[in-house]
Amino acid sequence: MSLTEDTIDRLGAELDAAWREARPVAPLTERYPEITLVEAYAVQKQLLARRRAEGARVVGKKIGVTSRAVMDMLKVGEPDFGVLLDNMACRDGETIEHRRLIAPRAEGEIAFVLKRALRGPGITAAMVLAATDFVMPCFEIVDSRITDWRIKIQDTVADNASSALFVLGDRAVRPDAVDLRTVGMVLEQNGEVVATGAGAAALGSPLNAVAWLANRLASFGEALEAGEVILSGSLAAMVPAKAGDSFRVSLGGIGSAAIRFV
Amino acid sequence: MALDRATIAALARHLDDCVREVRDTEKLTDRHPEMDWADAYAIQDAWRALATAQGARVVGFKAGLTSVAKIRQMGVDSPVFGFLLDRFAIPEGGEVAASSLIHPRIEPEIAFVLKRKLEGPGVHVGAVLAATEFVIPAIEVIDSRYRDFKFDLKSVVADNTSAARFALGGQPRAVAGLDLRTLGVVLSVNGEGRAFGAGAAVLGHPAAAVAALANHLAAREEALPEGSVVLSGGVTEALAVRAGDSVLLEVQSLGVVGFRLAA
Repeated sequence: MSLTEDTIDRLGAELDAAWREARPVAPLTERYPEITLVEAYAVQKQLLARRRAEGARVVGKKIGVTSRAVMDMLKVGEPDFGVLLDNMACRDGETIEHRRLIAPRAEGEIAFVLKRALRGPGITAAMVLAATDFVMPCFEIVDSRITDWRIKIQDTVADNASSALFVLGDRAVRPDAVDLRTVGMVLEQNGEVVATGAGAAALGSPLNAVAWLANRLASFGEALEAGEVILSGSLAAMVPAKAGDSFRVSLGGIGSAAIRFV
Repeated sequence: MALDRATIAALARHLDDCVREVRDTEKLTDRHPEMDWADAYAIQDAWRALATAQGARVVGFKAGLTSVAKIRQMGVDSPVFGFLLDRFAIPEGGEVAASSLIHPRIEPEIAFVLKRKLEGPGVHVGAVLAATEFVIPAIEVIDSRYRDFKFDLKSVVADNTSAARFALGGQPRAVAGLDLRTLGVVLSVNGEGRAFGAGAAVLGHPAAAVAALANHLAAREEALPEGSVVLSGGVTEALAVRAGDSVLLEVQSLGVVGFRLAA
């Protein structure tokens, strides 16, 4: 460990404050160039401990950095993850105050809701399918508490994988009713198609992404729990959101979700 | 029209020679900057007449420049169109010789096969769907005859919108019950997923490209014949491919189609 426990605790507090006040902080990797990925996850844990002490409840997990393009950009060979809290959930169609966030971006993805816990190591895509109650259309609104999204992998991991809000859509579909690899995703901003993608953009299949997370969590002694919502990774490039924007995501054979910024 | 008939015929022959000799050329507007849109389509038409006179058969049409962002960026108000010849077809799971192409790129598309003649003007998405026998996955091979794929739109129209080959295959399906907007596509090269998209990337709905094509043909007193294949436009960016590559397109609910590029 290159960072002391005190530093990790302080960085967790700093990112928690940055979140609450929607006020970005300088990249951790500029101030602590030696910070490791393990330490970044330790900062995330401190940050989450503070939120939970404030009364937030864990409702699921999110997987980030699931596309080849983003992995290359961040110079990593695997995804990352963050934790979803109840106060991050928005209603389908909800209006969000843009000023609550710093530099939000919208991503379209597939959400999994589990009927059974998935405890790694050794979790396969087939086991994910068997443990999934249903999949839902989902918007993830990511935001970075790091100034101007100037992130390295350690920065985003410490910042709870740049998570901010998520919106689950209008339908729940059994996971065997759709081909999750070829599911199409259409993201519209103010009625115009701004991005499209398909399930395979997330590690070849969203199932692979969820299996990766279950196995990665095992290295922390943790698991994906029954009833949790798992956001399986963006299926196209993120789209910056500004006040006045309305967004809709549609997933082939699954459904759609919408959100608006004022 | 800025070019005379003889020049138009000569340019069509020049492009046809480039295809046969597998060589590139400078874009036509370099030598003929005055060339206008009517000339561009006239050269394409002359090329089509030349091919059919040589015994080729027109089996369908294709739309290009079908992304709304690209149309805006190029400052035009509609896609561009080209014709498909029987000899462009690659058998599903088959091979195409890389040596027969200049610098091929592939695009994932949704192909429409028509059960009825589709005649504009006034063709809309509903009319296209009503006239569609089935949709089927298609990989289009584009191969601009212009050096380094550098061209302007008029040159590319004259060059039959870079049309070169296409492979159809997978599971043909009637359009009823399919949401073509959200149909996902995954294009892989040598087993690696390289491009991902959904139908809405094509003018918001792939059938909109077919409607635009029918209306374009109507302005030239032509129609889309019964049985035509229409390639509705690339759902993602085009990927460069080379000898030895094996390519595969998966389309949600429509199965897969692939082929190999032989040396």
